[in-house]
Amino acid sequence: MNTIPTPQIDYFQVAPMLIVLGAAVIGVLAEAILPRRQRYLAQVAISFVGLLSALVMAVFVFKRLDPNSLSPKRGQVVAMGSLAIDGPTLFTWALVLIFGLLALMIFAERHLEGGVLAFAGQAAAMPGTEAEREASSRGLEHTEVFPLLLFAVGGMMMFPASTDMLALFVALEVFSLPLYLLCGLARRRRLLSQEAALKYFLLGAFSSAFFVYGISLVYGFAGSMSYAGIAQAVAGSSDSKVLLYGGLGLMVAGLLFKVGAVPFHNWTPDVYQGAPTAVTAFMAAGTKVAAFVALLRLMYVAFGAIHVNWAPMIWIVAILTMVIGSVVAVAQTDVKRLLAYSSVAHAGFILVGLLGIRALGEVGPQDADGVTAVLFYLTTYGFMTLAAFTIVTLVRDANGEATSMKHWAGLGKKSPLLAGVFAFLLLAMAGLPLTSGFTGKWVVFAAAMSAGAWPLVVVAVLISVVALVFYIRIIVVMFFADSEDNGVSVAIPSPLTSTVIMIGTAVTLALGLIPGPLLDLLSRVGVFIR
Amino acid sequence: MSLPWLTILFLLPLLGGLVVAILPNRQDGSAETAKRAALLVSLLTLVLAIVIAVRFQADGGYQFTEETMWIRLFGAHYALGVDGLGLSLVVLTAILTPVVILAGWNDGANGRFGERAFFAWLLILEALSLGVFMATDVFLFYVFFEATLIPVYFLVSGFGGPDRVKAALKFLIYSLAGGLIMLAGVVALYWQSAKITGTPTYLLSDLANIDFGTSVGRWMFVAFFIAFAIKAPMFPVHTWLPDTTEQATPGTSVMLVSVLDKIGTFGMIRFCLELFPEASRWATPVVVVLAIISILYGALMAIGSKDIMRLIAYTSVSHFGFIVMGIFVMNSQGLSGANLYMFNHGLSTAALFLVAGYLISRRGSALIASFGGVEKVAPILAGLFLVAGLSSLSLPGLAPFVSEMLVIAGSFVWSPWAAAFAIPAIVLAAIYILWMYQRVMTGEPGEGVIGMPDLNIREIAAVAPLFLLIVVLGFFPKPLQDVLNPSVDHTMSEVHLQDPPAKVGGEEVK
Repeated sequence: MNTIPTPQIDYFQVAPMLIVLGAAVIGVLAEAILPRRQRYLAQVAISFVGLLSALVMAVFVFKRLDPNSLSPKRGQVVAMGSLAIDGPTLFTWALVLIFGLLALMIFAERHLEGGVLAFAGQAAAMPGTEAEREASSRGLEHTEVFPLLLFAVGGMMMFPASTDMLALFVALEVFSLPLYLLCGLARRRRLLSQEAALKYFLLGAFSSAFFVYGISLVYGFAGSMSYAGIAQAVAGSSDSKVLLYGGLGLMVAGLLFKVGAVPFHNWTPDVYQGAPTAVTAFMAAGTKVAAFVALLRLMYVAFGAIHVNWAPMIWIVAILTMVIGSVVAVAQTDVKRLLAYSSVAHAGFILVGLLGIRALGEVGPQDADGVTAVLFYLTTYGFMTLAAFTIVTLVRDANGEATSMKHWAGLGKKSPLLAGVFAFLLLAMAGLPLTSGFTGKWVVFAAAMSAGAWPLVVVAVLISVVALVFYIRIIVVMFFADSEDNGVSVAIPSPLTSTVIMIGTAVTLALGLIPGPLLDLLSRVGVFIR
Repeated sequence: MSLPWLTILFLLPLLGGLVVAILPNRQDGSAETAKRAALLVSLLTLVLAIVIAVRFQADGGYQFTEETMWIRLFGAHYALGVDGLGLSLVVLTAILTPVVILAGWNDGANGRFGERAFFAWLLILEALSLGVFMATDVFLFYVFFEATLIPVYFLVSGFGGPDRVKAALKFLIYSLAGGLIMLAGVVALYWQSAKITGTPTYLLSDLANIDFGTSVGRWMFVAFFIAFAIKAPMFPVHTWLPDTTEQATPGTSVMLVSVLDKIGTFGMIRFCLELFPEASRWATPVVVVLAIISILYGALMAIGSKDIMRLIAYTSVSHFGFIVMGIFVMNSQGLSGANLYMFNHGLSTAALFLVAGYLISRRGSALIASFGGVEKVAPILAGLFLVAGLSSLSLPGLAPFVSEMLVIAGSFVWSPWAAAFAIPAIVLAAIYILWMYQRVMTGEPGEGVIGMPDLNIREIAAVAPLFLLIVVLGFFPKPLQDVLNPSVDHTMSEVHLQDPPAKVGGEEVK
């Protein structure tokens, strides 16, 4: 009789992920058991403790990696060959967990909506009905958003660590489904929010289908689900590679959808605009990190041997992403949409860094390598975009957030501090020196150039000029446009939101002035194990 | 253990600017306290700059050097140091800032952000400009170079004429476009230095020893040169300058034209010539032709200008053409003339902008046609305007004369044709200055001019140092030359490192 072998799991190594998912499950239980009035506090506490202890645990696991040894092969593949716990994974975990903590703070903000969360009081109530009015007058809240956030964080942790296509797919779905749901939960402008969620879900489901089909084709070629097996098959095989290229193309399409690269970017503006801004902030920072690191790992660990074959495709995607993201952004009149297009453009810059990855032997100990560059850029972008979207939640009129650009006119007069901080973040996104945006851009360009992709860098530099135009346009509107009295004011938030803005801004400044320590750390840990 | 002089010099106005920004207004709402504090800070900076200049040894190469590793992975250092050229521009910046603050005492009043902001931005701008001239690391230079744009942007768009927001935006886009193109060159420096020496470095002293090879060197040269040409500004990328000076306050224009635009020509010497000597020699014909076009085109546009501030901007385009020509004819007369010119042009243009600013603020209009007969009602104003104008057209006996003659002599050595094309600009300069003087100052006072008050003590005191220096350096340029010539020789040796000249250059200029 065949027995199913017990899977071997190194619980210590994957503990951070398990803690987060465990906390999410406890959160669901709490939702069922606790009376309504106690749920908010309990959920926030569970999420906070879960994320924080996962972060501490991740640091412990990281210490065990022996980051001080100079040998490039560090970390290990665990959980029956499906997860890699190495430098990039742990760095990404820490990053996602920090973004999760910051997102938790803006999720938990209750001051802005008069004592309730910024999420729909009762998601099941149709917009504009009696039920909705009742839910809002009774002050109902969906505290389920907190476990949903935790599930998404858990999935985002598993995604970049996966070294097995099935694990990759499972992770993709684990972090996507909660996000689809969260997108539809805005308290204000619910139809827009629900439309965004539906769009995101349908397109996301589509891309998942492509992705799965790609997996099956690659499996057909390689006969293995694991990256190591695929790498072996790719390097050793002299068979026709039609299946492989077909499968690779479809898988990449699925991943590019998640990072919002052209031509799979069309969901980004609608979803970013419609989703509750707290969710947008988390998505913009978290999803990008998780999906880019997963993309990096897949491309370099599994398909590294045919680098020359897929690199031209990424070149084209990178250029298109930068061009379309920046050019279309110029015409936007809504701050959230504009930031969405800016995130598309940033995805293009990160793809430039992705092309900066070279074979191990070519990289000197002092070189700016592609993995270092991408991880650094993701860090800088995540913090600034989180802070920027958080600021968007504060500019309000009677109907909630006022995201139209004309409502932002004269903000520099009404609230010089807020407008100043926002201007600083915009300049960082534009890549001006003394901000993290500049160092990020620099390191990405340097990596790409060192790998010989200098034409791409020239294009990227020229596109940056276009990108400047729309960032500066917001600054002009805020500081130099005359404001009529349009009822827009800057809400005073609780310390939760202020803290997020402060941390995001401080990190943006710090990484602009002294990026050295983080870069050194990344150059030591930035190698994928195979 | 020596003092970090240059760091102190940089931090003093920077911190001073931040303090000025948060000083409270007086009870009557005036920002008098903040303004006095700003003036005090800028004077202290000037004193410090003078102390540094006195302790400077003329032929000692880079001095007061500081060097700390900043970003190891990039090879970027926090490295400061001044040679003769750097020092002269540092001193120029330190002289002009208090002058601008005193001359523009009331300029911040009608702005968007309040007076304190005006003076705070001015001081921050001073600090960053000093940083640009003191940086001896390309990465650090680039950071300062880009950072100066932010104070200028807010100075222009916050304080000045009705179309200032648009003008400021144009300025910013032009400059950032140049800056980003240069970024590609800066990143390429990293790439090449890492490839050639194994360790990336941005230190000028290290980079100067690297031979980048012909084609890579030329590409990097182009990336740097475009940025500096926009900054300088040279034809055909000069169009932002007249628009900006037309809208900005006179003080801002002085900081912009007399200090910041020098970064362009300073950068050409420090980076284009010294890092890419082969490429610089390769590009010389094109650059000199562009410079000649700038000289003549700027002068002709100045003659045709109806607005005094635009006119002065175009004279600067013409003068920068001279400076660039002096740099790229690649001989010691030309270079030494260009170095001197950078300092002298700073003084004379500042004087012209500020006196014109006094004039315009009295009339409420910058159009030449709205003046006439000012010399009858305000003789001191008219007299200073004339002297400033004469120094701008390089009258012998005033400071810019020596430098312009040296540049023309240098271009003659390079090619008599180049000199032949540049010389008509001297006549054109006489036309634009004297014709402007005639239309504005002579004749019968018209409406709006009658009853115009003459300069008050503060206004005279503010510009007096400039006129003093213009006259003194016109007769006795030797101290300045003594400081500058060793750095000219240094540049010459860097440029000719691999390829000694056939017969030009190398002569000692006295």
